[in-house]
Amino acid sequence: MIEINQVIKTFGPVKALDGVSFSVRRGEVLGFLGPNGAGKTTTMKLICGFYEPAAGKITINGLDTVSQSLAVRRLIGYLPETVPLYQDMKVYEYLKFVAEIRDVEPDKFVSRLREVVEKCGLQKVVGKNIDELSKGFRQRVGLAQAIIHDPDILILDEPTTGLDPNQIGDIRDLIKQIGREKTVLLSTHILTEVQNTCDRVVIINHGRIVREGRPEELTSRLAAATVFYLKTPIAVAVATEQLLTGLSTVKEMRRVADEESGVVSYEIVAADETARQSIAETLVRAACPVLEFTKKTVSLETVFRELTT
Amino acid sequence: MITRESHYLRAIFILFKKELASYFNSPIAYIFIGAFLIVGNWLFFKNFWILNQASLRGYFTLLPWLLLFLAPALTMRLWAEEKQIGTIEFLLTLPLTNWQAVLAKFIGALIFLMIALLLTITLPLTLWWLGPPDWGPIIGSYLGACFLGGAYLAIGLFVSSLTKNQIIAFIMSLAIGFLLFIVGEDFVIAGLPPGPAALAQFIGLGRRFSNIARGVVDSRDVIYYLSLIWFALWLNVKVLTGRKWQ
Repeated sequence: MIEINQVIKTFGPVKALDGVSFSVRRGEVLGFLGPNGAGKTTTMKLICGFYEPAAGKITINGLDTVSQSLAVRRLIGYLPETVPLYQDMKVYEYLKFVAEIRDVEPDKFVSRLREVVEKCGLQKVVGKNIDELSKGFRQRVGLAQAIIHDPDILILDEPTTGLDPNQIGDIRDLIKQIGREKTVLLSTHILTEVQNTCDRVVIINHGRIVREGRPEELTSRLAAATVFYLKTPIAVAVATEQLLTGLSTVKEMRRVADEESGVVSYEIVAADETARQSIAETLVRAACPVLEFTKKTVSLETVFRELTT
Repeated sequence: MITRESHYLRAIFILFKKELASYFNSPIAYIFIGAFLIVGNWLFFKNFWILNQASLRGYFTLLPWLLLFLAPALTMRLWAEEKQIGTIEFLLTLPLTNWQAVLAKFIGALIFLMIALLLTITLPLTLWWLGPPDWGPIIGSYLGACFLGGAYLAIGLFVSSLTKNQIIAFIMSLAIGFLLFIVGEDFVIAGLPPGPAALAQFIGLGRRFSNIARGVVDSRDVIYYLSLIWFALWLNVKVLTGRKWQ
């Protein structure tokens, strides 16, 4: 659906994108992840035809974003990072303007408007001036503007910045719902957003793609070594250490910062998953009191930090 | 079946409607029209009551100067504001060419200016009520005001695309407009050697206005205005295509 091939974009001497390639498949929600200034927004502006690549090629449904720019723009709904809205218009007027210029048929406009207003929760503000709206509502109007012509592809640049947790939840649900029928490319630096809403993730840093895959894939790759947490009372600390370091499956056992008094915490690096059972069995057999025994999961946050710093 | 041409014009028309409406949604429209009417009526009725003379000459003589100041006020925000609040990113990713966007904004400004001019129609109507006036210069002056105003607006629109700052856009448009206006005036030409003088006379915006305002519509003057407008709009399109402002 969206194919980005070896794209380079420069601003004067600065190379904002340095050979970026990835693709967005039909019907998937792709999370575009990266620190600020990594090139997310630039990539999105290139896809929408705002910029032209210095080298490389972007095609959407086989249409070139430079030579067939207008045809490409008709397929896309775009919510820029800045949520650009005309301050002096009413919400209704603004959406009508967008619908007209994007060729929504006049007799379908009212039903489209109703649908979009309901989806984005704009019932209370359709008649208001845009400059009276709160940040959350502005964001929703921006989203409404992007979907009013029922585009196949949605490009959303940080759609949840500046929203409160409830609003973030609403917008995420909406994106998930849209993502069932449409292709969505969504940029963010909020990692839970990606884990909750995206089918696949592309991580960009310094204008290059550094990793690509399903959220679970990315986290499991880093979790190559299996790590467990163990907490025992301080009284049995020595005995526990002796017991576990004796196991063949345990590679390393180190004491980590004690969080509670009278309790010691360990991080156990094991060779593989089978260590989980052998550790548990050993401790039970020795009647060693275990306060906590968990497998350490690697969050996407860790992956992100590893890749982008 | 919609033809390609009508589709092209339709998009311009939709954007034009929005642009024109946005003048009336902001105080600029009312200040502009207010200033226009006050100055026009004052010039007319000053002569009318004091000199007991019914003439539009005072108004039409000052009209180019009025336009010089008021046109940049109309155009200063057209691109500068879009850049300032970021809506330009939205506008230029709509299925529109840069030419369509520029034309829509230009026509919006021009129609607004024409509406303001039309509201001063009470002055010639007053004259008419007093006795049959010489319609040639009156129609010529209105026509000339549209051409001259159009030229100022096209320049102002182009200048607005160069900056994010509306005040800078206003002052630069005013300076360029003033230069093009003054360069053809007699006191400038008198001080120049023959070659540059002929060029200055050719460029001068105001001289051509007075031709048309006399009721003499010379195709050379009309072509000059239209070419100048086209050139300014073309420059504007070039600036937008370059996307160099960030």
